[in-house]
Amino acid sequence: MSLYRDEGVVLRTQKLGEADRIVTLLTRRTGLVRAVGKGVRRTKSRFGARLEPFTHVDLQLYTGRTLDVITQAETLRAYGESIVTDYPRYTAATAMLETAEKIVVVEKDPALRQFLLLIGALRTLGEDTHDPRLVLDAYLLRSLAVAGYAPALEECAKCGSRGEHRAFAVHAGGSVCSVCRPHGCAHPAPQTLRLMVALLGGDWPEADSSADRHRAECSGLVAAYLQWHLENGIRSLRLVERS
Amino acid sequence: MYEGAVQNLIDELGRLPGVGPKSAQRIAFHLLAAETADVKRLANALVEVKERVRFCSVCGNVAEESECRICRDPRRDTAVICVVEESKDVVAIERTREFRGRYHVLGGAISPIEGVGPDDLRIKELMTRLADGQITELILATDPNLEGEATATYLARLVKPMGLKVTRLASGLPVGGDLEYADEVTLGRAFEGRRSLEF
Repeated sequence: MSLYRDEGVVLRTQKLGEADRIVTLLTRRTGLVRAVGKGVRRTKSRFGARLEPFTHVDLQLYTGRTLDVITQAETLRAYGESIVTDYPRYTAATAMLETAEKIVVVEKDPALRQFLLLIGALRTLGEDTHDPRLVLDAYLLRSLAVAGYAPALEECAKCGSRGEHRAFAVHAGGSVCSVCRPHGCAHPAPQTLRLMVALLGGDWPEADSSADRHRAECSGLVAAYLQWHLENGIRSLRLVERS
Repeated sequence: MYEGAVQNLIDELGRLPGVGPKSAQRIAFHLLAAETADVKRLANALVEVKERVRFCSVCGNVAEESECRICRDPRRDTAVICVVEESKDVVAIERTREFRGRYHVLGGAISPIEGVGPDDLRIKELMTRLADGQITELILATDPNLEGEATATYLARLVKPMGLKVTRLASGLPVGGDLEYADEVTLGRAFEGRRSLEF
């Protein structure tokens, strides 16, 4: 398979040499791919603009020794246009891309559900129907769930007893009951945990009606939970702005 | 591996951007064969650039005095500021001979993924320049890529309450290009920004 075709979302681009760029993509069939776009930084490049972050592209690639080479690119949908015109939306979307890259980790290992989740999240963000921060948190929670790190929200993470528990321990894996509760856990408001359940389950009416205070608390918990389980800091999260 | 000085030079050259081990070796041996005077001139140029070049206290461009040539020039329009990412962009715009105002070099673009936020750029300095009320127009000439656009959006939102005219460089088709090869995003922008031909 020296020449192959796939579609994917551009996660990040890095400069390479004089006019080339290394493009990291999350593709539908191949998973995470790092490929070279030759000459895309020149103004006359035929597909330079299509290989900007947030763009959903149809690609033809050619398998190289270390990096693949992009030979053709067609835009399927450019999410960037609607995202970049609003600063809070831009910062939230950047955090999504960075998370997608860190959560998939292994190159060329198909991750269809992560891909679908990402394009869904970018589309929602572009439509501007919900608070960007809520869309981001919903994406982060679901992408953790797909990767196998779903937080326990309606049961105790240790003993599994059902019900709403008051304590939340990032390192234990979610909410914990009063018996299992380890040292140093957070005590979020019950509404915050309900918001997290709504975001994870896709209950938007419930999530949209939440109060700012609980949204902020939810973002804090999700960020801590994400970075603990990825064993990696997500740099963009620091710069996410509330609208 | 070579002895002392030669290997030292190869190692130092190899740290430059775009210079690999083989090129470093080639340059090192070229220098070894060159005239002593030529090598001295190169060495002096290197030392001088670090000693003499500073950043303009007004716009952040590279300068040899406390203010750069453009900021000192009295013929320049003081009412217009063009915001660019790097000093290299100043040179690119100067080559067009279209712009007679002054510049402001940000030192990069907002890129959360690289950990670069608004506080890491020279935005505070720009706000101080705008605060004295002399400026009537702000031209946002950041790169036409995602980070550049986001930076422009951020700046436009920030200066909105000041009530000055904020413009963004146009995007469109390159001169000498082919319409059929233009990508959708660029062609779309070219349509959006089309203008009437008046005679």
